[in-house]
Amino acid sequence: MKKFLLRRAIYMVFTVWIITVIAFIVIQLPPGDYVTNMVTEMMASGTDDIDPAIIEQLRDQYGLNDPMHVQYLKWMRNIIVEGDFGYSLAFKRDARDLILERLPLTFVVTLSTVLFVWIVALPIGVFSAVRKYSLGDYIATFIGFIGLATPNFLFALILMYLSYKYGGRALIGLFSAEYVDAPWTMAKVFDLLKHLFIPMIIIGTSFTAGLIRTMRANLLDELNRPYVDAARAKGLSETRLLWKYPVRYALNPFVSTIGWALPGLVAGEVIVSIVLNLPTSGPVLFNALLEQDMYVASGFILVLSALTVIGTFISDVLLAILDPRIRLE
Amino acid sequence: MDIIPNAQQQFDVPAPPVQTHEVEVSIELASQWKLMWWKFRRHRLAVIGLIVVVTYYGVALFADFFAPQAATTYIAEYVYAPPQQIHLFRDGQLVGPYVLGYTFERDPVSFKKLFAVDEETVIPLGFFVHGESYKLLGLIETDIHLFGPQEAGQPFYLLGADALGRDVLSRTIFSSRISLSVAWVGVIISMVLGIVLGGISGLMGGIVDNLVQRLIEVTMSIPLLPIIIAVAALVPIDWSVLRVYTIIVFLLAITGWTGLARVVRSKFLALREEDFVLSARLDGVSTMDLIWRHMLPSFYSHIIASLTLALPGMIIAETALSFLGVGLRPPVVSWGVQLQDAQQINVIANYPWMLVPAFAVIIIVLAFNFLGDGLRDAADPY
Repeated sequence: MKKFLLRRAIYMVFTVWIITVIAFIVIQLPPGDYVTNMVTEMMASGTDDIDPAIIEQLRDQYGLNDPMHVQYLKWMRNIIVEGDFGYSLAFKRDARDLILERLPLTFVVTLSTVLFVWIVALPIGVFSAVRKYSLGDYIATFIGFIGLATPNFLFALILMYLSYKYGGRALIGLFSAEYVDAPWTMAKVFDLLKHLFIPMIIIGTSFTAGLIRTMRANLLDELNRPYVDAARAKGLSETRLLWKYPVRYALNPFVSTIGWALPGLVAGEVIVSIVLNLPTSGPVLFNALLEQDMYVASGFILVLSALTVIGTFISDVLLAILDPRIRLE
Repeated sequence: MDIIPNAQQQFDVPAPPVQTHEVEVSIELASQWKLMWWKFRRHRLAVIGLIVVVTYYGVALFADFFAPQAATTYIAEYVYAPPQQIHLFRDGQLVGPYVLGYTFERDPVSFKKLFAVDEETVIPLGFFVHGESYKLLGLIETDIHLFGPQEAGQPFYLLGADALGRDVLSRTIFSSRISLSVAWVGVIISMVLGIVLGGISGLMGGIVDNLVQRLIEVTMSIPLLPIIIAVAALVPIDWSVLRVYTIIVFLLAITGWTGLARVVRSKFLALREEDFVLSARLDGVSTMDLIWRHMLPSFYSHIIASLTLALPGMIIAETALSFLGVGLRPPVVSWGVQLQDAQQINVIANYPWMLVPAFAVIIIVLAFNFLGDGLRDAADPY
């Protein structure tokens, strides 16, 4: 088990490292940099002659004349040693503050979506398998397919329209107007929970649909195994039998889905947040990418992918605990 | 953790109970493809999916013929004109299909243009009417459209008009060309990547296998969307349509190959031990030949099924990117580009017909899922 954990942990660090390199390179790609942008801004506000020597000096000061790998190492060093993510050009403040401000709500949205997906998918999946070809199974299948076929953001658009048409107001944002800038109180938390429902359903539906199908397929395989007959022959009640043996086996891929679902959920969260105007990391990251606000963008990508990779790690560990065969692999 | 590659791999529709009519007689003589067709036909939803997919591609191919108007034709007078209703009877008499014209007035408060139905103006419709001329398949010059107003130039907006007074229905039809072809090209590129990398990985084993496995793992755990947005945002405004298209297709392909690579790898791991592979190897067949000529043909059907299941993902991805404004851009018409106009809640609230392309997407994605599902079930007829 120790060896297994160690190996996974090494993979995890390795993956995060690759991601930081990719993120950094991609964001450095566009022509121009921080200083070019600053100079353009100054030109726009009326200063017409800026001494090239000063520009060079500024470049040196920000380390922009260094080759890319040196810049990368500096960036990594600052993050690891000082927790300094750099400076946001667009917001004129520390990138770290910006990330810390947006991340908790992203976390809340993603986590509650995962919970929603599990709570809905597990019982429906089990039901679909046990009552195969029943009316309920067909309904679940149908809804599942629709859920899978409807892209998140289209679902968001359609829900927005329906809520506007029949509810009188568009379900946008995570808080009601009066709570947006209010300090955290129980009332604000309650307000958040009320709004959380919509993004949770929108982001979660396609994953729920996928998971229901997975659960159903796995359980159908397990239900025909001889050990089920054996347990039944020994007089176990149907409910106990079902939950104690086949469901437990079928749960394996279910657990490993946390791993692959997370990047998808994060991506889904980005688009849905933009459509629904949620105060999560999605819209900020999106704008940072468009405006080449490099430290904010790479910071967000780094943190989000690190969280994703950690999520995968947790699911691997859970899987290993659940199923000894995987440890021995 | 290769237990479950992705959700769609596990998809199976509750198939209706097996019917054995004409099958039994000739089952021993039938070829593999024939057996697969029989099995496929039993999956009703998959057959419906196939019909829908073929229809979509047919419409896309002959878009000029099916669309009442060209994608770029606009009439400023009819900005955001609401959908018209097709009538058959007038004053209790059957007069054939017709729509009614529009009258406008200004809202006294907001100065918003309000459309109302003009009961007096009857616009008779017909099949195979003359309209704008175009070149069918780029070859034959003609002006016949499947349906439209009998007198060319009269307002005809079955699904409403958009912000520039263009026909939403016609544009949705033209969009299918770009959206469907992006998906195909993307899938083919990711197929080549997946087969080559998955094949090498499964065939060689050892360090190479380990490296490719890590590569897949990393690709799968990167939140690719931000990276794609970053790369797409780099594309200069003045790039030609074709270059933007190519970039987007490649970006989509890079995200899509991992699933197939895993399938191919596990197949190769199993096939590696087969006698026919060993004998080919002993005959001195090169690795690439071994992959493409000997091993791949033994699971073509699986690959086709996987590809069909990968297509809807590509369509959704293209739509999402274009919708966000980092994919294809106008003047290209794709479903995502059309939906860009429907981003604001006030647009959706006032002109809900702007969401029409969304339903085009949902229907084709559903159809591909059903089709792929049926193909996968049929892939192994024995």
